[in-house]
Amino acid sequence: MPAELSESLLRFFIGGVIVSFFAALAEMFSPKSFAGLFGAAPSIALATLGITISSQGRQYAATEARSMILGAIAFLCYAAATSWFLWRYKPAALTATVSLIPIWFAVSFALWLVVR
Amino acid sequence: MLVQARFSAIKGIKPHEWLIRFVFGGAVCVIAGLIAQRYGPVVGGLFLAFPAIFPAGASLVEAHEKQHKARAGYDGTNRGRIVAAIDAYGAAMGCVGLAAFAVVFWIWVPRTSPWVVFPLATLVWLTFAVGLWLLRKKRMLLHK
Repeated sequence: MPAELSESLLRFFIGGVIVSFFAALAEMFSPKSFAGLFGAAPSIALATLGITISSQGRQYAATEARSMILGAIAFLCYAAATSWFLWRYKPAALTATVSLIPIWFAVSFALWLVVR
Repeated sequence: MLVQARFSAIKGIKPHEWLIRFVFGGAVCVIAGLIAQRYGPVVGGLFLAFPAIFPAGASLVEAHEKQHKARAGYDGTNRGRIVAAIDAYGAAMGCVGLAAFAVVFWIWVPRTSPWVVFPLATLVWLTFAVGLWLLRKKRMLLHK
């Protein structure tokens, strides 16, 4: 099996397990404002940064982590906008969360353009 | 009690809901890796904080609340959406912790063992996220 394919399979499996783990934690806790904290858990980072370190080295992983700060700020803007939109207009949660995803792209790439 | 943990709630998650989370989570990790390969670590790193399963999670929160109200004989549509809004508010607070995780990782991973950095960054994420939540809860209680 080519190395790239086996790395992708490993990422898929570890990512699936870690994301499911944090989703289970979110389901367990109440109130929901507390459970929501786990919706922004570093699940993708935990799943992939270890593999990145072993294949590309620590400096490469550090560069990814630096950009992740911008992604997290964009996530904050997206989650806050989603919360407000759901509270104010009460659309279906899937409609609100999917239709507002462009906020994450816009904020993260705008920040990337500013700091690059 | 401020926070409650119910292990029995996990049993309520249906197999297809587990599958959605597993597949979405796995797929985003693969996509983040491919983007980093194609465009480099600066762009790829942004996707480490992509709201991967947030839409699926929020819609499941809404559905569970709606079912809960339906069992009591009510139409829980609006209630489900309000609970999803509260969940999203919690996620927004969690993002502060997510950023703190990234800062710790960025600063420490070039000079310290990953075996130290991973637990440390995770602890910092949890401390910031829970700390901010507690601070907000305390302010709400003081203003009551």
